[in-house]
Amino acid sequence: MEHSAVESQTPDAPAGALLQLRGVSKHFPGVMALQNVSLDIVRGEAHVLLGENGAGKSTLINVLAGIYVADEGDITFDDKPYRPRTPTDAYRAGIRVVHQELNMLSHLTVAENLLFESLPRRHGLVNYAEMNRRAAALLKQVGLDIPPTIPVERLGVAQTQLVEIAKALCHESKLLILDEPTATLTSKEIERLFGILRQLKANNVTIIYISHRLHEIFEIGDRVTVLRDGQLVATRPLAGLTIAEIVRMMVGRSIKAEHMFGEDVQVGDEVLRVEGLRRSASAPEVSFSVRRGEIVGVAGLVGSGRTEAMRAVFGADPRFAGRIFVDGAPVTIASPQDAVRHGLSLLTEDRKNQGLLLGLSCLENITITDLAKVSHLGLLHRSAEQSAASALVDELHIKTPSVFQAVRNFSGGNQQKVVIAKWLFRGAKVLICDEPTRGIDVGAKQEIYELLWKLAAAGQGIIFVSSDLPELIGICHRIIVFANGRIVGEVPRTLFDQQRILSLAYEEYDLEPSN
Amino acid sequence: MSQATEPAREQNAGGRWNGVLRFLARDAGVAAALVLIVIFFSITAPYFATAGNFLNLFVQIAINTVLSSGMTLVILTGGIDLSVGSVLALCTVIGALIMTDRDIPVAASIPLALLGCMGTGAACGAINGWVCEQWKIPSFIVTLGMLNIASGAARVVSNNSTITGLPQSFIDFGNMIVGGVFPSIFLIAVAVILLGWFILRFTVFGRFIFAIGTNEEAVRLSGHAPRKYKIAAFTISGLTAGVAAMVYLLRLNVGSPIAGVGYELNAIAAVIIGGTSFSGGKGSIIGSLVGASILQVLTTGLQLFGLGDNFKPIVIGAVIVLAVVLDAYRDRLLRSLESR
Repeated sequence: MEHSAVESQTPDAPAGALLQLRGVSKHFPGVMALQNVSLDIVRGEAHVLLGENGAGKSTLINVLAGIYVADEGDITFDDKPYRPRTPTDAYRAGIRVVHQELNMLSHLTVAENLLFESLPRRHGLVNYAEMNRRAAALLKQVGLDIPPTIPVERLGVAQTQLVEIAKALCHESKLLILDEPTATLTSKEIERLFGILRQLKANNVTIIYISHRLHEIFEIGDRVTVLRDGQLVATRPLAGLTIAEIVRMMVGRSIKAEHMFGEDVQVGDEVLRVEGLRRSASAPEVSFSVRRGEIVGVAGLVGSGRTEAMRAVFGADPRFAGRIFVDGAPVTIASPQDAVRHGLSLLTEDRKNQGLLLGLSCLENITITDLAKVSHLGLLHRSAEQSAASALVDELHIKTPSVFQAVRNFSGGNQQKVVIAKWLFRGAKVLICDEPTRGIDVGAKQEIYELLWKLAAAGQGIIFVSSDLPELIGICHRIIVFANGRIVGEVPRTLFDQQRILSLAYEEYDLEPSN
Repeated sequence: MSQATEPAREQNAGGRWNGVLRFLARDAGVAAALVLIVIFFSITAPYFATAGNFLNLFVQIAINTVLSSGMTLVILTGGIDLSVGSVLALCTVIGALIMTDRDIPVAASIPLALLGCMGTGAACGAINGWVCEQWKIPSFIVTLGMLNIASGAARVVSNNSTITGLPQSFIDFGNMIVGGVFPSIFLIAVAVILLGWFILRFTVFGRFIFAIGTNEEAVRLSGHAPRKYKIAAFTISGLTAGVAAMVYLLRLNVGSPIAGVGYELNAIAAVIIGGTSFSGGKGSIIGSLVGASILQVLTTGLQLFGLGDNFKPIVIGAVIVLAVVLDAYRDRLLRSLESR
């Protein structure tokens, strides 16, 4: 119903359409991932695709990329019928996709990854000199100052993301699809990416751009399409739209975007104190603390040592020095096992590789943190497990037909909720969240914020690591700022100011914050 | 939100049929293959469908079944145990030495031999697991080392000779056929399989085996020590090698340092044919029983055809690869069922 009404709002779109979708549908277990979506992408435009998790954005992209085959509907690309069955079909047609999940051959070098599909050859052998020269040029284009000869596994997430983007640039393409390219990038890197995209647009490359950062889409986008529950809600020109209007389209209800701090939370005694933490002999010392009921934000650029410090506190990585106190008493934490026993929990940055058991069910993922609670003498108590998991699925609004579904099929937001559910199942004094809202839509973000307040109000101490400053400012009591592996400053709530925090974060880098 | 619950309800309604199909594809596919093979040989091969032959089959699958139940645990964690064949040899030697020791009364020697076999096997397995975990070495290499060490130890302990003269009561027990249908050693194998199935399905330990095979790092960061469970899996694999050694002694009545050559590969084949994923996290121990049965039925059937020792390895080799190919197709089928 809704989308047909919307189509009539944009009668002028198809004039120079590069890509036309007509009635495209795709089903998954328990979900209509895409339902009768009709959409036109005009030549040379930057088209922004928005929607909550599970709204169907990634499915749509995967259909275009030849990863999924649509169940129904017709697609026309470049005036020819387009029905890709493999990613190669998409490449051949001139469509390049930069996926949200990074697909790198991590043992190979940056240059080999960049030019893997067409390695320069001489006499049938790889011409390494030529390869590295071309790779260096591509890296320069995305502003990445790294030698092309280092293996990809030694890069950080943000750098890897830029390499992925560079890879898409090295081939002539008519349509470039970017699925949340800025999720891990700093504002300076984003600025450079936008520069590249503008240049591509000038060269008549059409762009489909997915992002959850609503502020940035106005900088790059011409038109926006909003999806919700697999259906197309609207396609509009971005000019003249407000964030509030977009958010309303996405969630079907209005939510508070900022100023969401729960003032009534009572901050209690210190629950966790870290003193003189060092990850190696040469690393700087890190000290901080959290009180009961307090949400402490941790800001800093990607690679500033935030994640590493949190992992060291949790015992996930070895620690060279440092003392940890829980409830004022010194504790020994040599492994995650110790950390969990002393009431710490860590929501890792990389939920797929470190947080989830992808092949196992929602239930098995939730109860893994505390099987003792649902077993007796080593025997699992199935019904207790099921009711505990179901209760958490309901409480966190995890969308799934049953707790026995494999989490592999879940959307990013639902997967993140499962990770939270598993720590709620365990129950902890301190919850350390590393980028808990990354790659998650606004609706699910808001749910996670509300959940964190609730936990804080119940007396947990919360450490909230994030690259999204407005979100930190929105929900934290105070923010500590990391740079170059150490804490360069702490800002109380009364002094919260984006500019102040950013300049602290950039202090060591001799860079101007770009916004 | 109403849009989200609508397809969810559809899924539940169609879920029952999907469930049946999924059960067939995931759990019963290999069993169906076994039934088909048995029917095929029953019709075509002379003497296959006789009580005597089935009795024989039950006897012959016992050792591989016991070995593959322990192997299933190890493979589910993402490891491999190449040492079980020669650990079995070492255990047969030790068990036979205990039972033939004239200083030990017969009544005590049999339980002592059982303890000796299981203890030796468990110790070898524990060493495998501990070395793998302590130095983070792939189990393929560690257990390849143990394969050679246990084999050498068996020769040293036995003075390079076979040991005969086991107590008559022990031999009689091995020849016993319960109720005229089930050989005693087959019942031992069934007991081991059932125990293994129970452990994997209903215990916390079993859950950890699957979880570790799925994502070991996630298990570690959930506040557990995967190391402990992995060492336990190897220990159990060694323990089942010890039990298999007792079955070997019951069946062949000799302890031999050259027993069990290649048994580890049969066990791995049974596990893989039974549908357990080689990369861990997915599979079942009942599947391994079915896998072991398929291997033995094929072997016997081919022998009855007169296509004995030369053709057998060719067919078995093809079946192993075919099983994994079918497994890949089955995954695709399951996925398409799920996305209905």
